[in-house]
Amino acid sequence: MNTAMVLSAVAKPGTGPYLAVSAVLFTLGAVGILLKRNVLVMFMCVELMLNAANLALVTFARSLDDIGGQFAVFFTLVVAAAEVVVGLGIIVSIFRRRKSGATADSASLLKG
Amino acid sequence: MLDLVWLIPAFPLVGFCVLLLVGKRIGEPLSGYLATAMVGASFVVACLVFVDLVNKNESDRAFTRVLFSWIPSLGVDVALLVNPLSITMVLFVTGIATLIHLFAIGYMHGDPSFSRFFTYLNLFVFSMLMLVLADNFLLMFLGWEGVGTCSYLLISFWFERDSAATAGKKAFVTNRIGDFGLMTAMFLIFHQTGSLQYHAVFRAIEENRPAQSTVVAICLLLFLGACGKSAQLPLYVWLPDAMEGPTPVSALIHAATMVTAGVYLMVRIHPLLELTPGVLQIIAWTGGATALYAATIATAQDDIKRVLAYSTISQLGYMFLAVGVGANIAAIFHMVTHAFFKALMFLGAGSVIHGMHGHDDPQNMKRMGNIRKWMPVTAGTFLVGWLAIAGVPPFSGFWSKDEILLGAYETSKPLWIVGLVTALLTAYYMTRQIVLVFFGKERFLDAGDAQPADHVQPADHAQPAGNEVHREPHARGPHESPMLMVLPLVALAGLALVGGLINTPFSTRFEFLAKWLESGLIPGTEIHAFAGEPHLVAGSTKIILAAIAVACGLAGIGLGWKIWNRGADQPELEVPLLKRAYGVDELVNVVIVKPGRALSDFAAVVFDRKIIDGLVNGLGTVVQAVGGTVRKVQTGYVRQYALGLVGGLVLMVGYVLVRTAL
Repeated sequence: MNTAMVLSAVAKPGTGPYLAVSAVLFTLGAVGILLKRNVLVMFMCVELMLNAANLALVTFARSLDDIGGQFAVFFTLVVAAAEVVVGLGIIVSIFRRRKSGATADSASLLKG
Repeated sequence: MLDLVWLIPAFPLVGFCVLLLVGKRIGEPLSGYLATAMVGASFVVACLVFVDLVNKNESDRAFTRVLFSWIPSLGVDVALLVNPLSITMVLFVTGIATLIHLFAIGYMHGDPSFSRFFTYLNLFVFSMLMLVLADNFLLMFLGWEGVGTCSYLLISFWFERDSAATAGKKAFVTNRIGDFGLMTAMFLIFHQTGSLQYHAVFRAIEENRPAQSTVVAICLLLFLGACGKSAQLPLYVWLPDAMEGPTPVSALIHAATMVTAGVYLMVRIHPLLELTPGVLQIIAWTGGATALYAATIATAQDDIKRVLAYSTISQLGYMFLAVGVGANIAAIFHMVTHAFFKALMFLGAGSVIHGMHGHDDPQNMKRMGNIRKWMPVTAGTFLVGWLAIAGVPPFSGFWSKDEILLGAYETSKPLWIVGLVTALLTAYYMTRQIVLVFFGKERFLDAGDAQPADHVQPADHAQPAGNEVHREPHARGPHESPMLMVLPLVALAGLALVGGLINTPFSTRFEFLAKWLESGLIPGTEIHAFAGEPHLVAGSTKIILAAIAVACGLAGIGLGWKIWNRGADQPELEVPLLKRAYGVDELVNVVIVKPGRALSDFAAVVFDRKIIDGLVNGLGTVVQAVGGTVRKVQTGYVRQYALGLVGGLVLMVGYVLVRTAL
């Protein structure tokens, strides 16, 4: 029993590293969105940010012993899936209209 | 039968509803006959109620029929008050209305709005009956406004004519001033007594005796209402212009019935007036002044209907004079006889206008002359009306006018003299009218529309009822009106001839109207109104007074006859000031209409267009400018939006961090 407890204590580092990874991932995603013009890459960056947020949520759920955080992740995943469908649809239609070199800036045609 | 009293106003209401729905479809002449039948049915019911009432004990002759509760919080019911006074009014209103409806079928023949005319007429009769039969002020006011509306609708019946539309508006606006008085009076009454029911109000005021100034204010405001409706000084201006309406309307509304509503109201509220002798004096002098004033104007008018209009104002003044000197029975008596002979003369004038149709200016008396040869029946009946209004015995006007003059003599000699002068003027201008219209030279022949001589045959084409009379513009002489129009004339002439017999002063046995009106009073309330009109003057004085009045009338007739037989153009007798009716219309124009128009122009052009519209447009401009500036933020570049998001995030996180750090 004792060893198990020790093992688990060892195997369970503090929340710090997890959150650090989450922050790094989020920043990567955010910077990617700001700097990249390729729509697909931007899209992946969005996914990166979502998953960074998921990681943070799971981390807090574990450390606070609150299932709510893991629960929220489910919603995020579902929404992300839906968002992928809509987003990809928009991206595909943009690519269809502009045969070559379609970027995120091409959508500025939609401005009011 | 007395329980069926609600049928009296119900019949015209049904007629109105039916005509409103299907009037256009059933068209001419059926809608006219339907309307006439409805009013006739009312008259029959009124007669039955009258007979029942006569057979009752004198003390049982007043009662109230509550139909349904109208406004419970004010204690106001839709209730009909049946008593000798209201039934007298109902009888002559429905009787004369039936005759005039009948006349109108002929008169309005060929008019494109034939059924609309009868729709309004039936609505008018309904409203008038509600006014007369109402048992409280509010229901009376409903009828009061109803007749006002119908008056407006019927004056501007031919609204394509600018003058008719204007005349309707004038009547409407002038009556609003009177209605303001009436409404304020009702507010005051309710405030003082907590009721609007006639008898409850009279009893409450009698018992509680509110401040004298309050009673005076109530009476004066009610009198203001009566002035508006009955065309007394200074609110008479609408009545002469009301002649723009079809002639049957002038006869029914603006001579016989509606305009007498003010007199009726004054008689109804007499228990209140008794408490305020000052107001009675004001009423008497207003009436006397109006009578004299309108009579002078009538001496110089050329329009056949305008003479009658001013004459009506003058005779209404007589009635107010009677009310003011406390001779209520005389007022009602004169109201009834005046309804007979004035309706007769208006219909006669309508018949003449109808006959003159196709001539230039068919209402101008200066273009008529010797019409009695062409229209013998119209002329004969008109002459009866003329003798009646001039006060020649034994025609009806003599009896009622004499009663009024007697009342005036007992109370105030100056008023009596005013009455006598008016009687002289009345006889004079009516004689002028009949000489110009029915006697003398045939001036329409040498007028502009000259006719071939072989066509000028007197009335050889007298036509039966309901043919094309109205449409063909015939350049012949005038023709006698169809049977439908002549019959009412004859009936009214009969009434004008013998109508005075309902109240002859030979002996109290013959004062039918007086006894009838005095019976059936509610003790403690109306008892003041009629009972005890002691005739202070002796019998011999009465006869002398009557002789003086007749002498005045005959002098007027003789004068008019002598002067106007000389010729139709006597400008020295038609002073321009009188022709223009003392320039009151011009004065009103300058004092009220012009500033009013300037004010509304200011409101429309400056206030509405500049300030209100400016505010609205300004708001739009501001929103547009702001939007134009802000829209530049929306570039369409996704990465800029993302930068905004991230920037916002950084700011928020920074804020939280700073907050926790401090």
